[in-house]
Amino acid sequence: MHNFWTIFGVWMAAFLTLAIFSFLYKDNPFYKLAEHLYVGTSAGYMLIYTYFLTIKPMLIDPITKQQQFFLFIPAFFGIIMLTRWFPKIAWLSRWSIAFTIGIGTGLAITGSIQGILIPQIKGTLIALHGWNWTTLNNLLIIIGVISTLTYFYFSKAHKGVIGKTAKIGIIYIMIAFGASFGYTVMGRISLLIGRMYFLFHDWIPLIR
Amino acid sequence: MRREIPLAITFITSLIIIVSFFIPHAPFGTMQEVSLKWYAIIAGFTMLLGVDSLIHMHYQKIKRKKSDWAHSLVLIVGFAVFVIAGTISGFRYGSAMDINSSFMYLYNYVIIPLQSTMFALLSFFIASAAYRAFRARNLDATLLLITAVIVMIGRVPIGYQIWHNFPAVAEWIMAIPQMAAKRGILIGISLGMIAVSLRIMLGIERSYLS
Amino acid sequence: MNIFERIEKIDRRIIFLLVAIAVLLPLIFKVRMEIPISEPVKKAFVSVDTLSSGTYILISVDYDPASMPELQPMYKTLLMQCFEKGLKPVMIVQWPLGLPLSIKAMSEMAVEYNRMARAEGKDTVVYGVDYCNIGYRPGGVAQIVGIGKEIRDYFESDYKGTPLDSLPMMNNIHNYDNFALLFALEAGSMGDFYVQYANARFGIKIIFGMTAVSAPDAYPYLQSGQIIGLLGGLQGAAEYETLMKKPGFATMGMTAQSWVHVLIVLFILLGNIGYFINRKKRRS
Repeated sequence: MHNFWTIFGVWMAAFLTLAIFSFLYKDNPFYKLAEHLYVGTSAGYMLIYTYFLTIKPMLIDPITKQQQFFLFIPAFFGIIMLTRWFPKIAWLSRWSIAFTIGIGTGLAITGSIQGILIPQIKGTLIALHGWNWTTLNNLLIIIGVISTLTYFYFSKAHKGVIGKTAKIGIIYIMIAFGASFGYTVMGRISLLIGRMYFLFHDWIPLIR
Repeated sequence: MRREIPLAITFITSLIIIVSFFIPHAPFGTMQEVSLKWYAIIAGFTMLLGVDSLIHMHYQKIKRKKSDWAHSLVLIVGFAVFVIAGTISGFRYGSAMDINSSFMYLYNYVIIPLQSTMFALLSFFIASAAYRAFRARNLDATLLLITAVIVMIGRVPIGYQIWHNFPAVAEWIMAIPQMAAKRGILIGISLGMIAVSLRIMLGIERSYLS
Repeated sequence: MNIFERIEKIDRRIIFLLVAIAVLLPLIFKVRMEIPISEPVKKAFVSVDTLSSGTYILISVDYDPASMPELQPMYKTLLMQCFEKGLKPVMIVQWPLGLPLSIKAMSEMAVEYNRMARAEGKDTVVYGVDYCNIGYRPGGVAQIVGIGKEIRDYFESDYKGTPLDSLPMMNNIHNYDNFALLFALEAGSMGDFYVQYANARFGIKIIFGMTAVSAPDAYPYLQSGQIIGLLGGLQGAAEYETLMKKPGFATMGMTAQSWVHVLIVLFILLGNIGYFINRKKRRS
């Protein structure tokens, strides 16, 4: 139902959309306004979700309703993270950072080996028998992986066999970057289609 | 002690995670479970740090009437409106995320247009960059350009209209040579990740403490 | 200044205008094109479509408004497929700014499906019984590993604060083992973490719906079998809509997408022709 607030909201959204698009002509106060509003509102959103989706359900509720008092420990670590605001005791925040970094490194070591290295190497150990299309593709994959890795191996000078392999690696890398560029164009245009659809469907109903 | 305690915390926590990977039973499994949950809670607090420094900086700008202080005022007003709407919605509906709340209304009509248009702007610049900078200057650049063109046409319906096998060619590029190079990069990144993680764990890399 | 020099120095605002026109015209005049289906999308669709009624599926909504046009159509079509097949989707969110998007689309699709179901005399879907949204919690990687043991360690309640145990469908749901599939809608690196931990450690099958920018990086996972399907960008969404026989925003947008791609290819060609002619001239 299109009540006043919906119409008002659509007009406000249209104004903000056009304010940002106005940058295409040149930098101007409307763009600056929208840009700062974007940062401010995002920060406001962050504060609200930190309370409603982290502090309340993961700390306040379990402590007050279920008496999980041991949660005061992570709460303490979380609060000392904020000591960065006070230079004299800012060093305390290192404890929390050290804790998160420790978890992160532990997970990265096990995750990289189990979740990337082993399955990705396994995926490269593929059959090369019989002369058919699959064999050719498999061969291209094996050559591509080895040559790309060689290109990024800087401990030895890129001369001789290593140099030639690295050159093949560049070919593969250029193909990969070209494909990524093509996909990036696709992604960016899709976002524009989304905004155009909003402007000419929700705001000015030209697209039906 | 200001350095030793954090280094010890990092070593012990990472060790818990690694040991519990191999021995997921008690007490290691439980220790991991608790550590991961604590990590999530602590990570939640980091957001407050970012928000505070941003607001503090712009508040100072307004207070000292620095150039463009009016923009900072807009930023603070936007921030305040969202916090007020979020708080009211939270009390009224039990959650700021209720579909009928004023917080969701503002999200729909302020955050969505602002964020999505900011990124949509890039479409124009990428088109302009393709025109001005995408040159077949040498073999490598030519390869990049040809692949980009095949993928760009092959991955949209018009490619299929031009030549029915265009999508298949684009898909082959993605699945074979492109995939092989990305796999090489992925393996390289994960090897690097393991090396850096080990250095941090053993206290060789300490830049995060500065 | 010859014509090619002039073309090389064209005002970028003219390029902007041409791009805008190429997007707008096909949208206004509703020009439609046949959507060809790629193998990774077909695999994704079949994997969901062959699940039996009552099966649980975990949908991770990991994007924000910046990627909404690409991923929201995938999410909506997937939800409709779940409702029609009688699957039980559970939404989880790893990007805080994406939570409202996940709630909005979920409510819209439930209303749309129920309207259709009532007209056809079928059962309607009810929140907490047939679908639910457990919302967002921080932690990223740690949380992805943690919920491998128990979801309630992080999500005691759903996005509204309703305790998980009071939602009938969540009674016996504890971790990845209870889900047949994880459909991760990704705009960033969360997908890599799902592959590294949820799949490698806990064995859940994964399908990716990705932004076009991230999709190329997922091909190594597809080849190694770590993911079983992949939808890339608006085209991926349009293919899914086509397979569902429910053309929507993505299908409509692909004509505009085609036109702009052709325009950009023309720009590249023109730019290069000008570059080579001018280079030859400068050399001579």
